Amino acid sequence: MSTLLLALLACYVGGSVLPPCLRGHPTLQNLLAHSLACAAGLFGIALGVAGLVASEPLTASVSSTIPYLSFAIRLDPLAAFFVLTISLVGLACAIYALGYVTEFYGRASIGALGSLFNGFLLAMTLVVLADNGFFFLIVWEIMSLLSYFLVVTEHEKAEVRYAGFFYLVMTHVGTAFIILTFLLLFRETGSFSFDVFRHPEAPLPPGLRTVAFVAALIGFGTKAGIVPLHVWLPYAHPAAPSHISALLSGVMIKTAIYALVRVYFDLLGGEFPWWWGFLVLGIGAVSALLGVMYALMEHDLKSLLAYHSVENIGIILLGIGAGMVFQTYGLKEFAALGLLAGLYHTINHALFKALLFLGAGSLLYATHTRDMEEHGGLLRRMPWTGLFFLIGAVSISALPPSNGFVSEWLVFQSLFLSFQLPDLFLKLMLPIAAAMLALTGVLALACFAKAFGISFLALPRSAHARHAEEAPVSMRVGMAFLAVACIVLGVAPMVVVPLLDRVVAPLARVSIEGKVLAMDGWAVAPVNVEFSSLSPPVLAFLLAALSLLGLGLVAAFGGLAKTRFYKTWGCGINLTPRMEYTATGFVQPIKRVFSAIYQPTVKLETELLEESRYFAKRQRFESRIEPVFQKYLYDPVVAFFIAAADRLRIIQAGSLHLYLTYIFVVLVLLLLITI
Amino acid sequence: MSQAVLLVVAQTMVLLALSPFIVGLIRKVKARLQCRRGASVFQPYADLAKLFKKQPVVSTTTSWIFTATPYILFASTLAAGLLVPVFVSQTPLNFAGNIIALVYLLALGTFFLMLAGLDAGSAFGGMGSSREAIVASLTEPAAILSIFAIALTTGSTNLSTIVHKTALLQGIDTAPSPHLMALAALFIVTIAETGRVPVDNPATHLELTMIHEAMILEYSGRYLALVEWASGIRLLVFLTLIVNVFAPWGIATTLTPVAFGVGLGVYILKVAGMAVLIGVIESMFAKLRLFRVTDLLGVAFILALLGVLFFYILRG
Repeated sequence: MSTLLLALLACYVGGSVLPPCLRGHPTLQNLLAHSLACAAGLFGIALGVAGLVASEPLTASVSSTIPYLSFAIRLDPLAAFFVLTISLVGLACAIYALGYVTEFYGRASIGALGSLFNGFLLAMTLVVLADNGFFFLIVWEIMSLLSYFLVVTEHEKAEVRYAGFFYLVMTHVGTAFIILTFLLLFRETGSFSFDVFRHPEAPLPPGLRTVAFVAALIGFGTKAGIVPLHVWLPYAHPAAPSHISALLSGVMIKTAIYALVRVYFDLLGGEFPWWWGFLVLGIGAVSALLGVMYALMEHDLKSLLAYHSVENIGIILLGIGAGMVFQTYGLKEFAALGLLAGLYHTINHALFKALLFLGAGSLLYATHTRDMEEHGGLLRRMPWTGLFFLIGAVSISALPPSNGFVSEWLVFQSLFLSFQLPDLFLKLMLPIAAAMLALTGVLALACFAKAFGISFLALPRSAHARHAEEAPVSMRVGMAFLAVACIVLGVAPMVVVPLLDRVVAPLARVSIEGKVLAMDGWAVAPVNVEFSSLSPPVLAFLLAALSLLGLGLVAAFGGLAKTRFYKTWGCGINLTPRMEYTATGFVQPIKRVFSAIYQPTVKLETELLEESRYFAKRQRFESRIEPVFQKYLYDPVVAFFIAAADRLRIIQAGSLHLYLTYIFVVLVLLLLITI
Repeated sequence: MSQAVLLVVAQTMVLLALSPFIVGLIRKVKARLQCRRGASVFQPYADLAKLFKKQPVVSTTTSWIFTATPYILFASTLAAGLLVPVFVSQTPLNFAGNIIALVYLLALGTFFLMLAGLDAGSAFGGMGSSREAIVASLTEPAAILSIFAIALTTGSTNLSTIVHKTALLQGIDTAPSPHLMALAALFIVTIAETGRVPVDNPATHLELTMIHEAMILEYSGRYLALVEWASGIRLLVFLTLIVNVFAPWGIATTLTPVAFGVGLGVYILKVAGMAVLIGVIESMFAKLRLFRVTDLLGVAFILALLGVLFFYILRG
């Protein structure tokens, strides 16, 4: 294992350092950076699997001269699972990037892009491996900074700079809270080592644990994109090049999930009051629902996908939150199930969200626009990209037989099992969360019917779409890899569940492998087989067999009469793209039904002819939804800081002498205070 | 094993064979209530046979999604039907999925139908898909919650287990019983999910008022036959769900030929009764405006939620 780890580190470090040395040869830089990333990805997959099946965690440590800091790493099953997730997506994105970054030749430095790509993957891998709080904070910060640089790759565009700045501010607010968490633990234990946090000499006082819990939730929640801390995410993730967006949405936000599980279940000992779990669960439910609702209103394909990340983080937190609630009441097996469901959804979301972002990247590559209203008819022009995007869409909509379905099903079961809880309030609340999840699921389905239907089906809506061509081979290979992974994880939970059980068992202190897998692994069941069961392979087989039955019926009853192809009936006139349903029109009923949330405003300006007020010369229609969180939560805070800065400007005269005086006065004051 | 396979095949045959009859029966009831003689109850069989033989016309703007959708819809609807006990309370495929799986299998068909509606490029298809999206999103939470309310009494969300336990009146906890509220909710869900009046009118000829019919407007020939058959099966699955979850008595709880015969006879009578009820309701009510439908579906959701709350609170 340690050889694999060293090989992985060597490849990523090589990929970060070497490409800039080949200045002026973008093709070579591209090849070098991304093939090293591919190699690292393969090593990472092997390392992840090895770490999951190993009996003892792999640990290594290099001490430093800085007090309290040691570069300690520990590959336990939880870390191994996340290394596997990062490496799977990293590998696919690296293959994809070989073709995709050709788009940036001459526009951006390929050396910088390639080396940042490798550095970013390395930083994420180290985040999940770190076993020392100080070291963790350093790699966390490196990860945030490198991702910022990647987001602003196309910094010549004003909106990209805005997105980058917004991201930079938010991520540092989050980091401040994370630092607070670790400082609190440090103050109590006198060390930054995770091992000391795990086994403190004296139990941590409850007040401190509560503050650490809340600070970690805010800090990591900002990175994960929980509502209401999600506002930066739909700006920053789409602004980056698409293979980077796939990494940001697919894996980077998962490092926050990793950290939450690590802190709550491992470092804080996995014992909490009921309201911790309830809070996580509630945030999960709200994030899931609001995430998908805002996604529905987006017509920029990549922003739509970014909002879906908010939704899916919510679903993951529903599983983890349910697990925490069960943990409180000592229902260890159910706690393990909730955690397992959340982690299953974590890897699933990583795979299908990366796939969808890569698909969106291919559309961008082919049509040079992210606006769905300018796509259309692309399935006939880009059949492979279309097929892969469809697989991703089916997975994220949690439809059988995809991977999203299995994990969402498990989340549902862990919420339904709430009837075993002793507390009436929670018994009532968890089914409501399940109902919110059901609504989320169907709205996601509607959203992807829109995304796929408007972008890929019917007639092309613009010249861009008419002239689109299929993406290059490497991009298709990258997507195919993820699409196959989505299907495999969907029909073969008997492979995934035992591995996940190894992750969950040490955290929930009970192994549920034998109880989640029923019928020799052919079915999954939530602890209690009597309560419910699901057999994804049988469902997949049924779907295939019954489709064949449909074909058989057609052959038996009618023979296969030759199809006649003719244009669509357009009420007597030829169909043009302008007659097609638009993305805006598609979601109009939803916008109207949920107007309490969207608060839509419509502006119609009509300029009339002077001769007659019955004829309009020009009409302007504008429709938008209220960005509630930004308006009521963020704008006041920003306004406060700008106003405060305005006041403080009086003392900033720009004179060096004045500043020296300030320093002197402060020094004297400090001295007086210490005396 | 061979017995299980035989049962699955038998259930498939029953669903396939019975669904056109139910559609025909509803039409007959409506015709009689309108003082018409109406077509024979076996007319839908003749319609299907004719459609299968007809040459299909497919729009030149469509992709493979359009031609694949009827097969996917047919398979997913039938697969959902196999998870529900029909005339035997212990379906062999009980282990393959519970209520959530059923709802999501049906959603798979809906998803592809929505895509097919958009594929032809006609505004009518898009309109149908868009309306289907809002109707589906409001019904499914109610469907899941209403079955969950019943699941609380039996300790299982697997349909076959629920039906078997209820039929034998063993191992169920009906004090208090959330059944009435759940039944009301599930009935509204059935009306909405199968596109009946007052949510949608399956007999409409006016494109602007259509939901389901608008999505399938471009289908013809064998594709239309599969889509029509699938929507018949969907209707039958929901009716089966209602009669077997709320009144399973008469269903074959043992695996003997006599029990099978009785179970099948009683089942046909029960779903025929439900079909008559649907026919009467369709004749008595006018179709609701789309944005009033949401109120009706909201009622279904609240009823299902009340069922759950009621169960917990009265038990303390």
